[in-house]
Amino acid sequence: MHNHITSTSENRRRFLANAGMGLGTTALASLVLGPKLASAAAPSAASGAPSDIPTGCHFAPKAKRVIFLFMAGAPSQIDLFDYKPELVKQFNQPLPPSVSQGQRVTAMTRGKEQLIVPSRFGFSQQGESGMWMSDLLPHLSTQVDKLCFIDSMHTESINHDPGKTAFCTGTELPGKPSMGAWLSYGLGTLNKDLPDYIVMPSAHWSGKVNVQALYSRLWGSGFLPSKHQGTSFQTSGDPVLFLSNPSGIDPAIRRRMLDSLGDLNRKHFGEIGDPEIETTIAQQEMAFRMQTSVPELTDISDESPETLAMYGEEVNNPGSYARNCLLARRMAERDVRFIQLFHRGWDHHSKLPANLPGQCQDVDQPTTALLKDLEQRGLLEDTLVVFAGEFGRTVYGQGKLDMDTYGRDHHPRCFTALLAGGGVKGGIRHGATDEFSYNVVADPVHVRDLHATMLHLLGVDHKRLTFPFQGLEQKLTGVEPARVVKEIIA
Amino acid sequence: MPPVLMLAAALCTTVLGSLAPIRSHAEDVDRKSEDTESVSVADESPVSFSRDIRPLLSNRCFACHGPDAGSREGSLRLDQPDGDEGAIGYAIEPHSVEDSEVWHRITADDESMLMPPPDSHLKPFNEEETELIRRWIESGAVYEDFWAFQVPERPQPPVTQNAEWSAQTVDQFVLRKLESQQRRPSEEADARTLLRRVTFDLTGLPPSREAIRHFESAYANSPELAWEELIDDLLSRPQFGEHIARHWLDLVRFADTNGMHKDFYRNHVAYRDWVIRSFNDNLPYDDFVRDQIAGDLYPQPTKDQLIASGFNRLHLIIDRGTALPEESHVKNVLDRVTAVGTAFMGLTVQCAQCHDHKFDPITQKDFFSLYAFFNNIDAEPETNPRQVVDGFQEPFVRFPTDAQRAELSRLDAELIKLDQQIAPRNERANQITKQLQQIKEIEPEEEESDDELAESDVAEAMTPEEEARLKTIRAWDALKESLENELGQLRLSLAKSQKQRAKTQRERIAVEHGVEKAMVMKERDEVRKTFVLIRGQYDAPGEEVQRGVPGFLPPLEPQSETPSRMDLADWMVSPENPLTARVAVNRFWQLFFGVGLVKTSEDFGNQGEVPSHPELLDELAVSFVESGWDVKALLKRIVMSKTYRQSSRATPDEFKADAENRLLSRGPRYRLDAEMIRDQILFSSGLLSTRMHGPSVKPPQPDGLWKAVSMTGERFRPDQGESIYRRSIYTFWKRAMPPPQMTILNAPNRDACIARRERTNTPTQALLLLNESEYLRAAGQLAQSTLAEPAEDRILFAYETVTAKLPDSKEVDVLQTLLNDLRDEYASSPKLVDDLCEGVFVDSPQDKVELAAWTVLCNTLYNLDITKTKD
Repeated sequence: MHNHITSTSENRRRFLANAGMGLGTTALASLVLGPKLASAAAPSAASGAPSDIPTGCHFAPKAKRVIFLFMAGAPSQIDLFDYKPELVKQFNQPLPPSVSQGQRVTAMTRGKEQLIVPSRFGFSQQGESGMWMSDLLPHLSTQVDKLCFIDSMHTESINHDPGKTAFCTGTELPGKPSMGAWLSYGLGTLNKDLPDYIVMPSAHWSGKVNVQALYSRLWGSGFLPSKHQGTSFQTSGDPVLFLSNPSGIDPAIRRRMLDSLGDLNRKHFGEIGDPEIETTIAQQEMAFRMQTSVPELTDISDESPETLAMYGEEVNNPGSYARNCLLARRMAERDVRFIQLFHRGWDHHSKLPANLPGQCQDVDQPTTALLKDLEQRGLLEDTLVVFAGEFGRTVYGQGKLDMDTYGRDHHPRCFTALLAGGGVKGGIRHGATDEFSYNVVADPVHVRDLHATMLHLLGVDHKRLTFPFQGLEQKLTGVEPARVVKEIIA
Repeated sequence: MPPVLMLAAALCTTVLGSLAPIRSHAEDVDRKSEDTESVSVADESPVSFSRDIRPLLSNRCFACHGPDAGSREGSLRLDQPDGDEGAIGYAIEPHSVEDSEVWHRITADDESMLMPPPDSHLKPFNEEETELIRRWIESGAVYEDFWAFQVPERPQPPVTQNAEWSAQTVDQFVLRKLESQQRRPSEEADARTLLRRVTFDLTGLPPSREAIRHFESAYANSPELAWEELIDDLLSRPQFGEHIARHWLDLVRFADTNGMHKDFYRNHVAYRDWVIRSFNDNLPYDDFVRDQIAGDLYPQPTKDQLIASGFNRLHLIIDRGTALPEESHVKNVLDRVTAVGTAFMGLTVQCAQCHDHKFDPITQKDFFSLYAFFNNIDAEPETNPRQVVDGFQEPFVRFPTDAQRAELSRLDAELIKLDQQIAPRNERANQITKQLQQIKEIEPEEEESDDELAESDVAEAMTPEEEARLKTIRAWDALKESLENELGQLRLSLAKSQKQRAKTQRERIAVEHGVEKAMVMKERDEVRKTFVLIRGQYDAPGEEVQRGVPGFLPPLEPQSETPSRMDLADWMVSPENPLTARVAVNRFWQLFFGVGLVKTSEDFGNQGEVPSHPELLDELAVSFVESGWDVKALLKRIVMSKTYRQSSRATPDEFKADAENRLLSRGPRYRLDAEMIRDQILFSSGLLSTRMHGPSVKPPQPDGLWKAVSMTGERFRPDQGESIYRRSIYTFWKRAMPPPQMTILNAPNRDACIARRERTNTPTQALLLLNESEYLRAAGQLAQSTLAEPAEDRILFAYETVTAKLPDSKEVDVLQTLLNDLRDEYASSPKLVDDLCEGVFVDSPQDKVELAAWTVLCNTLYNLDITKTKD
């Protein structure tokens, strides 16, 4: 191998490929990377660790996998989760300087007056826990007892590009590995026929304003070996790039061709001696298996009408958030380690009252269905579901200041993230903001604290998941201290 | 709440202070010790501080006992023997481990005494490591200055046992190392392998069958002469520059888009073409460096020097509207300085932007002194799309040809002429419009009866008043009519002139569009002040700093009171600079062997790896400078070596023992880069276009990739015709979504400076090579050429065209059987045949089956491991 870090699965692959030498291609295909064999072949990470701790974990995990629902563009916490009833009395009043403390604002509202706009949407208490929720999310409101609200999320980033990059990779500057890549690197693969890390951006969304770009670096591998990068599923054409045989080559012909290809490669291995050739053979066979496993994954024809109905009408529309939620559940069933959805269209600088309801409708029922579906199948207990945007929105308005057309600017100083399953307490709120939803006043949770907590739930000590690059032992949580939010762990 | 530490967090994702690393994979640790084994020396040899001790101390100790005073613990630094808080006499007693605190702490049983502290998660020193430290202290604890910061000197030629192998100095250094491990070099590879290897390494393309014939016979007659002639020939081909330039473009993160927010197109084509030309023209490397850092600052810069200064513009840049311009400015400068650090100095200078460097003697102040050279750009910190035409963002320079200049003057003159015609007429038209308006306001109101008055000559006589009134009305009407007539004519002629003007303007835009331009570096007249940014925050300026270079490197020799970027450039390539030449030759070495003599080719600092062959590195660096920084001569020297010409075959155990071939006991064998794989497929199938330079092109890619990430609904539109078969260096690089044919095979996305690519082997790569439409088209193309050969030669022809090797009887058997099976399969599936051969005109159904079978056979050849691998 050429990359100087050889991960568990790679060694395993080599080991098994060796074991398979001399057997026929079919036998080799069935040998490579079987999960049982894999765990037998690979020792647990920490020396002396008890044998029931899975490969790569530092301690017993609560969650095996993550579904990250990324609301790109930053939904308004004030209009959805962080209920501030008193604001109504202060409509159009300037935000007191004692609250804003001269904090940095974006170029869009710099130098402008900061006038308070309360949410125009109703809130009500839900569930046994009596959690306040916006009326815009009627379905999700039925799930509050499963949800952990972190109202005290905060970040440094004030603009989308750095904000999303920081949320997905731990730092604002491009070039670092994403969350899913770190997990793929640290924990290895659970499924022999699918990628460890799959990304599904929605192909459409309701809010037509200010749709922020995505960048492949948000699911990139940075300085980690690129096999750890997220595989972005395409909405049209092959879900995985170049998955299908070209027209004119059917599976039988491909199989026949791969057999000869394998024979020649094996012959060359015998002459040249480079074990890399064995890896090539194994990967060509894995590619062949993916040609079956991926279409089987994305074909939803075996779903019951009840299940489909639960996700809503949009589930029939490929590329919709609803369809992607259903696919996320199917991936969770197949032990894909990290599943990340991106839903864009939340950047409501203006006309928030007109645009927010549609966005909420996009995600409300499908997210709820995903939670229920996971629970029904016994998957929620070891699947961590996270719902968050890159930052929050300001209490002060932007654009025309009336209750039908107001907008809100970017706000990094507080926002809400929702967590469910995977060893997280349900029906609780963690952290609190001031009466303006402007500053965190209790139990702040920085994005890197959330990262540390997610890793912790997966059995990984964020301080020990490291990779040497540019002379440093790099990690997801970076240089500043990060804290595992133990209070929310069940 | 803690202060907002945005840049601090942004650039330093590392573990510092007491929080520290342990690797999470048992296998990784094993792996590492394999590597160490292969390059470390036998126990009897003396301990070297540089090779054996410093890397240990740097990794485990320097974070708290190193150059950064801010995080230093216990008033002890272990990175230097003397001076404030130095180690000797304090924590280390030479010749006596018993009296050395360091020794007791690293071997303590008591966890509260142990170093590194258990809560740091740093690996404790193992037995082998403590033994090295013991031997080092017992032998006198001699510190050596850090190797990479000392000026290289030409080493003594080594003495080797085997005098026969090679008279070349390069080989003797390699041989001495091999002999010290009781190893021997491998025999020379065969002629075909050599030809394929060096043709790929110098041009990025495989040899043609004709080239194989020619070289085989020349090599049989006189191997040395044939080899040298081949190398000279390859170095003189235009494809040489295209190939070497590509590696440079990774290093400087060249791309066709801004890389942030809306990811606007930008035009750096001139820079890319300049890099290609520079390598082809063998521009001395010192000029190559100087022109990029400061080409704009020559008294009379040439066109090329101006273009080269565009190096300073290759950073990511955001478009205006959301970010804060002053913050964007800081980010741009940081990115620029980081590039200089990585590309020329081989140092991670950017680590010192929030605090002093933890491992290298670069203070935060040093960092901002370097920053000061790049802080004075005369440019907006954010892209304003309204001001950008054809992707050129200010400042840029125009290079019109004489003909274009003449044409532009002619068009400008015409525009002026037209304007002169238009202006007075416009003025007159406005005047009339105004008059008509006035008339409307003052003319007497027509009463209902007026018309009747005028018409009824049969009616009773008008009163005198009525008559006067009628007259006035008529006079007004006449005036109005004449004005309206004039206005109508004016408007007609104006419309004509304006149409003419618009046409001329369009012509002018077309000519201007054709004018060559380049984004360049430009200084502001008044030098912008630079301050240390506290914790790297853009809005927390501290102490003011002057332009300068880190104190541990040779001093800058400024030519004026305020040092300029040109002074920095001269300093960078002065023979006293210990880094520039070493970093460059190491990266060139890496092109041929896959791994540099210093494996961490982006980091020559304390945390970088020590060279596998330190004297060889210095020999190459010194002679490179002495040769006048002659790149082609350096490359020729490397490929002429016997080391390079070794066979790459070995046993699996030997491959495993030294996977990266750090000992150089065999020839290089590793997977080709994405671009070489694509170019090879195009070349061997006969599709490759050899047209050079010019705008970036878009070969087809799967639908929807751009749209899925774009903010503006941007769609990828593939080019057509010859453009899609141009070499991969010309492929359009969108940073938000680079071409998947490249990134799947480890091309970086060009967000950051990358000095070496990793090489993985994944199922998605297998899918790409098996199924990508253009690669399959190439297989079809090759199948057609193959079918033009005599039937008995076909397998040999295709095999040799793709692999540059001849198939043996076993390989022929496998392929013949495959071919027979494919024929049978296709003969019974006419639909599949039609699909596969779509767009190809073939007479008989039988011929079509034949073409289909051969297409799959060629597709098989393109997927062989030996095809995608250089050996």
